[in-house]
Amino acid sequence: MQSLLEIEQLSVGFRTKRGFLQALHDVSLTIAPGETVCLVGESGSGKTVASKAVMRLVDYENGQIEGGRIALNGVDLTALTQGELRSLRGKRIAMIFQEPMAAFDPVYTIGYQIVETILRHERKTKAEAKAHAASLLARVGIPEPELRMKQYPGELSGGMLQRAMIALALSCGPELLIADEPTTALDVTIQAQILHLLQELKAEFGMSILLITHDLGIAAQIADRIVVMYAGRIVEQATVAELFAQPHHPYTSGLLRSVATLDTEKGDRLYAIAGSIPSLSKLPEGCVFHPRCPHATDRCRASAPPLVKRGGREAACWHADALLQDGALSAREAQGEATDRGESAGAALWPDRGVSSVVAPEHGESAVVVPNRGLTAHEPPAPETVRVLLEEGKENGTTQAEQAKTGSVELFKVEDVCKYYPIKRGFPGRSRTFVRAVDGVSFSIREGETLGLVGESGSGKSTLGRLLLQLEPVTSGRVLFEGEDLTRLGASRLRQTRRHMQMIFQDPYGSLDPRWNVGDLVGEPLAVHHGLAGKEKKQRVEELLAAVGLDHGILSRHPHEFSGGQRQRIGIARAIALHPKFVLADEAVSALDVSVQAQVVNLMQDLQQKLGLTYLFIAHGLHVVRHISDRIAVMYLGRIVEIAPSRELFRRPAHPYTRALIDSIPHPDPRLRTEPAAIRGEIPSPARPPAGCRFHTRCPLATDRCRSVSPDLLPLDGDRSVACHYPLQ
Amino acid sequence: MRQSTAAEAVLQRRKWELPAYRGRATRLKPADLFVYAAGALILIIAICAAFPQWIAPYSPTDMMLDAIMQGPSAAHPFGTDYYGRDILSLVVYGARDSLYIGFMSVLVGGLAGGAIGTISGYIGGAVDAVLMRIVDVLMTIPGILLALAIAAAMGPGLGNIVLAVAAASVPGYARVMRGQTISIKSRPFVTASRAIGATPFSIFWKHVLPNSLSPLLVMATLGIGTAILTGSGLSFLGLGVLKEIPDWGALLSQGRGYLTVAWWICTYPGLAITLLVLAVNIVGDWLRDRLDPKRKEG
Repeated sequence: MQSLLEIEQLSVGFRTKRGFLQALHDVSLTIAPGETVCLVGESGSGKTVASKAVMRLVDYENGQIEGGRIALNGVDLTALTQGELRSLRGKRIAMIFQEPMAAFDPVYTIGYQIVETILRHERKTKAEAKAHAASLLARVGIPEPELRMKQYPGELSGGMLQRAMIALALSCGPELLIADEPTTALDVTIQAQILHLLQELKAEFGMSILLITHDLGIAAQIADRIVVMYAGRIVEQATVAELFAQPHHPYTSGLLRSVATLDTEKGDRLYAIAGSIPSLSKLPEGCVFHPRCPHATDRCRASAPPLVKRGGREAACWHADALLQDGALSAREAQGEATDRGESAGAALWPDRGVSSVVAPEHGESAVVVPNRGLTAHEPPAPETVRVLLEEGKENGTTQAEQAKTGSVELFKVEDVCKYYPIKRGFPGRSRTFVRAVDGVSFSIREGETLGLVGESGSGKSTLGRLLLQLEPVTSGRVLFEGEDLTRLGASRLRQTRRHMQMIFQDPYGSLDPRWNVGDLVGEPLAVHHGLAGKEKKQRVEELLAAVGLDHGILSRHPHEFSGGQRQRIGIARAIALHPKFVLADEAVSALDVSVQAQVVNLMQDLQQKLGLTYLFIAHGLHVVRHISDRIAVMYLGRIVEIAPSRELFRRPAHPYTRALIDSIPHPDPRLRTEPAAIRGEIPSPARPPAGCRFHTRCPLATDRCRSVSPDLLPLDGDRSVACHYPLQ
Repeated sequence: MRQSTAAEAVLQRRKWELPAYRGRATRLKPADLFVYAAGALILIIAICAAFPQWIAPYSPTDMMLDAIMQGPSAAHPFGTDYYGRDILSLVVYGARDSLYIGFMSVLVGGLAGGAIGTISGYIGGAVDAVLMRIVDVLMTIPGILLALAIAAAMGPGLGNIVLAVAAASVPGYARVMRGQTISIKSRPFVTASRAIGATPFSIFWKHVLPNSLSPLLVMATLGIGTAILTGSGLSFLGLGVLKEIPDWGALLSQGRGYLTVAWWICTYPGLAITLLVLAVNIVGDWLRDRLDPKRKEG
């Protein structure tokens, strides 16, 4: 078989201030015409560098190809000049980027940018190019293409821009399309649409696709062959069916098992690969994966294994044969197996102590006492008290949580809350235009449960979370925390109450002050509420760090010295420092790699059990939400459309939107490829929500009644409520 | 043992293969040399300001009538002026007032402008609207005119010059710091601190202020040169320091009339100002980098 792209022994390095970093090491792969190859791996594994090396774009980033060759139809790209390459780029190899917003130049119209590309490579008149561009835009599913061509990138949504980006890439009929995380910045519903579009176009244009992704679900859905990368090396390559059925490398096996599938149970620990990917400047000796590998031996530590062919597939592991015989490498997590190696969270914070010091909490009693908790917040700064509280949680956490589920004591009660942001300031007396971010939402969060909150971006889920913590004032409605209306509290009372509700942020990079060291960051809540300082603070901080699985020797280091997962652990340590009752996790794991995601989810579950925490878990990754949540609320355009126990919700979604969201998830199983286009169109602007049921514009079941009458959130059966005129259809 | 030697051999080879990066860490970087040179220059000027009699070859008030308007020579390295005064001695003696005006007016103006800007940006709302309108009004008046008006109203004198120059620089500092504060205020870590229950004042003091200072630092180092020149402008107009020992600005304006016949009169004081500003800028940049935790090694 003649291959379209052949990469042989490619090594790429970068000149940096700190010296020379080898980003790719002897990478070899081939892509046949019409084939889809997925490069998978965690961030930092060199996937993007590999794709940029193909286009020779690394030359512009202080990178240099040190060895090997890249052949496109037999022509060695490494030997061409930049001028010769320019005639290939866009014409024979095209690229789609992760951030469609950033990949278009904001000062030119979409149409101009596509026409420009066509004119550069093809002998067409301007009018022909324009007509071609319009037909491409129509082909990729952009309505009113002539109108869109006159618009600027800022005027289109992310999904539309990614479609336009695909149209731009297709404009000269490339033989190879490189897509670097093309759907990572998009919602799951739009992601499904884009992936199906890519597959259709591949057949139509007869091109090959090199797709870079960290999401194994996407790879399972679209790939023919998968190449797994780790620390700049290929560790395994195989066809998609082979790889998912039987991985040959421990890293692949770990990645596959880290993914929360739709059949894990809440409370099960997710499989996590210990540690995190090494930095290129500090690569381990021998096999680069050995520090994280459960099967590592002295041989792995001493020398690096070569990529060995084994029946049409390749893997770089010394022990692949032995491990395969033992059946140690599985694609699925075996039931009840807890292999979270070396990450036993909390072991240091909750050593087994005498039960005598533990005061058994009476559930009914605490419910009575609670409304006054805010007033008695000025407890003496005694770390011992806090520790006893923590222990109390450990001893009774499970039962407490279970009691709460059956007893359903409401910790948070939200009543008809609205949040409108003015977008056009009208003259006094004239009407204003508002973005209705949250529009009449009522629900409650029960003590000890995890409530998941899902929805596309623009559905108002983050705003709702911030309203709960009163980080923003409500426009109308009430937020009751343990019976106390937070919206009526004064500023200083609110600050006192805040100790009971903490937050874990999405962005582990931005949510820690870069100028503070870890000791001060984790100690900040202790200093604010208990006035702790010096030795006492240090001791507590060390305990908290141990609880989240971090070494206490990091106290004087700064946030930028840590990986994303470690930073998120620091964020969690901050959040639990005051032994809060409620923790809001706003996309807490979305920015993390799959294996690290699993570590953090496990940690959060452990802490919930030990401390009796209540979580509101906001996320767009439905797998993770399903895994961690007791109940899930689905939001659409500022309203809750369905709220139900998570198993029920996934088994029998009552609202068509919920069903569409679930159907859009790419299953990490190549045998279950999803049906095309689970949901049409995009979420409308919250400034002009549709009349009647807000979902009717995208709903396959919509009737005249839906278009005129807005359905209320009504109890359906058991513990679920749904806002639909025709539930369960 | 054998392994370690093998590793060393690999390292040796690496170094050999990449000659450009060999020994980079041990050699003094050019950037560091600049910082040392700039530091030395500032030190020299500071010594001039403190003990001019140690360095100056003549008294600045000596008028050598036999050597009027002489070019640079061995006896007068910087030449002499219209009155027969030694330029080198004038420059050395003038350092004190120049440094004083430069540093003090930046300090006063930066503190006042920075305070107005951060408070305005952090509190926002009506306070912001009122403060910024005042700043806008001040900004419409050219800096030198504002300084002139203030100096004229308060009369001549070193302290008044400092106040006048500082007042002229307040709107610029206020604008920059307001923008910086607003952008820092919306960063997630500030929300994180708010969610913990920290008071607005402690968030301001511990998070917002330290993170918004670096542009102020850069602006201030650039401002020292401007301040010296503005001060000299005031001296030129007769509103400056009326003493027998002129500062660099005054020297510059006095010599301007003779530029075509005696270039040295204003060239050397000008060079002194330029070098001082350059040195302060280099040290300021270095200071900003040092204060950034991300740039620390290790």
